[in-house]
Amino acid sequence: MIMGEQKPLDVLLGMLAPYDKIVLAGCHGCVTVCRAGGAKEVEILASSLRLARETEGRPLEIKEVTLERQCDPEYLEPMRPYLEDYQAVLSIACGAGIQFVAEKFTSTVVLPGLDTTFIGVTEKQGLWVERCQACGNCVLHLTGGICPVARCSKSLFNGPCGGTTTDGRCEVDKEIPCGWMMIIERLRSLNQLENYRQNLPMKSWKTSRDGGPRRIAREDLME
Amino acid sequence: MILKAFEKGADGVMVVGCLEGDCHYLSGNLRARARVGRVADVLDMIGMGGERVTMYNLSAGEGNKFALFATEMVDKIRSLGPSPVNVARKSRQKAPGHE
Amino acid sequence: MKTASRLERVFDEGHFAVTTECGPPRGSDPEVIRKKGELLRGSVDAINVTDNQTSVVRMASIAACVMLKEMGLEPIVQMVTRDRNRISLQSDILGAAGLGLNAILCLSGDHQTFGDDPEAKNVFDIDSIQLIELIKMMRDEGKFPSGKEIEGPPKLFIGAACNPFAEPFEIRPIRLAKKVDAGVQFIQTQCIYNLDRFEKFMDEVRKLGLHEQVKILAGVTPLKSAGMAKFMKKNVAGMDIPDDVIKRMADTPKEEQSAKGIEICVESIERLRKVEGIAGAHIMAIEWEKMVPVIADKAGLLPRPDISDASA
Repeated sequence: MIMGEQKPLDVLLGMLAPYDKIVLAGCHGCVTVCRAGGAKEVEILASSLRLARETEGRPLEIKEVTLERQCDPEYLEPMRPYLEDYQAVLSIACGAGIQFVAEKFTSTVVLPGLDTTFIGVTEKQGLWVERCQACGNCVLHLTGGICPVARCSKSLFNGPCGGTTTDGRCEVDKEIPCGWMMIIERLRSLNQLENYRQNLPMKSWKTSRDGGPRRIAREDLME
Repeated sequence: MILKAFEKGADGVMVVGCLEGDCHYLSGNLRARARVGRVADVLDMIGMGGERVTMYNLSAGEGNKFALFATEMVDKIRSLGPSPVNVARKSRQKAPGHE
Repeated sequence: MKTASRLERVFDEGHFAVTTECGPPRGSDPEVIRKKGELLRGSVDAINVTDNQTSVVRMASIAACVMLKEMGLEPIVQMVTRDRNRISLQSDILGAAGLGLNAILCLSGDHQTFGDDPEAKNVFDIDSIQLIELIKMMRDEGKFPSGKEIEGPPKLFIGAACNPFAEPFEIRPIRLAKKVDAGVQFIQTQCIYNLDRFEKFMDEVRKLGLHEQVKILAGVTPLKSAGMAKFMKKNVAGMDIPDDVIKRMADTPKEEQSAKGIEICVESIERLRKVEGIAGAHIMAIEWEKMVPVIADKAGLLPRPDISDASA
């Protein structure tokens, strides 16, 4: 799912300085799973912001809502009736959701409360790690199910580089396992080590963001 | 919940949990401690003072200890004074329309 | 296809080759590179010029290589894929060849977190192995990857690096095989202190027949002090410095340690020369270039062969 982290409180207070009445919008989707923007986080953040502003002597009125998702138009429409009563929306959904709110309500100031970071998985409660770079051209069948784009710091297709540490970590950060070492181990356990011997050709980055903002259009699903 | 207590006008919040290693819910007290820590950070950040929330560990049978901790907490909060939120609210009441 | 590379000629004529490397200046002053070049004249067959090594900005490798060439020295361009996409790489390859540079070393490059600009966007459009394939295609087929013709294919002798000591150890010979498949012609290894382990690596390399398909230069770096040895052992990924080497340095009085470092380096070269499949030595004495002629001399590598320019 899409992961992100809330911006620090002081940054949010800075963004909210011009306003006294805002909507704080969370999302029941991905950001709930990574404990950054769900209903609980909305409650906690709203309390923190109110306390902070009260001690400054400038109370902040916050309408707390958590939407099913912020990336589908149907779930945003219910906001329309009350938005004009507020000066801004602080959204702690992912970047896509935040933008969609801004897009659907063009005369409302929409502020990002979240820094969206990556597509990843829950390795364990409290630890979320990147897995996919959305390159648009998946090669997981060639690399034993481990992505060289996302999990190798240099996105090598014929790794590893010379910097793998003795305990199989990436030279960039010892918290990062060497992506290619993992791929090789996996190929070995799948009896597919001959895959490694083949040189993989240059990747087309056309399908990734390098080719321009992307879209999927399904005529058969459109009205 | 702790933050809401401060919003409602508490000057301090005392969180009490089982002795570490003795939790009926196994690690509930450890998670609580982590959360109390986070709240303390938020309170520090906004200038309320993280010391206003404290967690104590004791067992259900330690009534005396509870009284001790409670007294300690009350003394600490007294010395810290009313929470900045309460101070701000009082001053607004004193001078209405002074926003 | 034969290039005009002096290094290629040295190999072809059956000599044990000697190369070295130097870092370009952290500025635009050509004197820095000229001074280094002058220190190295006559003691090596070719000089690598690094490409923003450890992601620290330095004068472009191609530019510094041209300065060395103007002095009558033989440079080797180093090219990393960290900072340039394939368009820029192809362009620089043509530029290098056009400027009369004859050899190029293909690398992925250290990640930019090591340098002064960790906030830079990294490129890594292609990796070092794909770069080798790219140059080979441009040179031998005279075509761009798009299939279009190249007006004047670049005649470059293609090299790459190899680290026999990085994990996983058993994979390193296979990765070398991948580079050979891609078309690499010479390899410079990471500096070697653990000769036993290196010889094991070469056993595997020979089993794969790679030593007959590529010229391998064994990398050596003289230790300046016991402190340097300990630092490198602890902090440089993929570096293997055995404890007995460190002990040898540490047991030497401080003022004699650099001489001991040179001694160990020379011994290593002498031992490595005897390993089947080793075609040369790559002496890396970064910021200590004046020692390269000393090491080459003591290791019996001087004078360098006179490669007469028989053909244009």
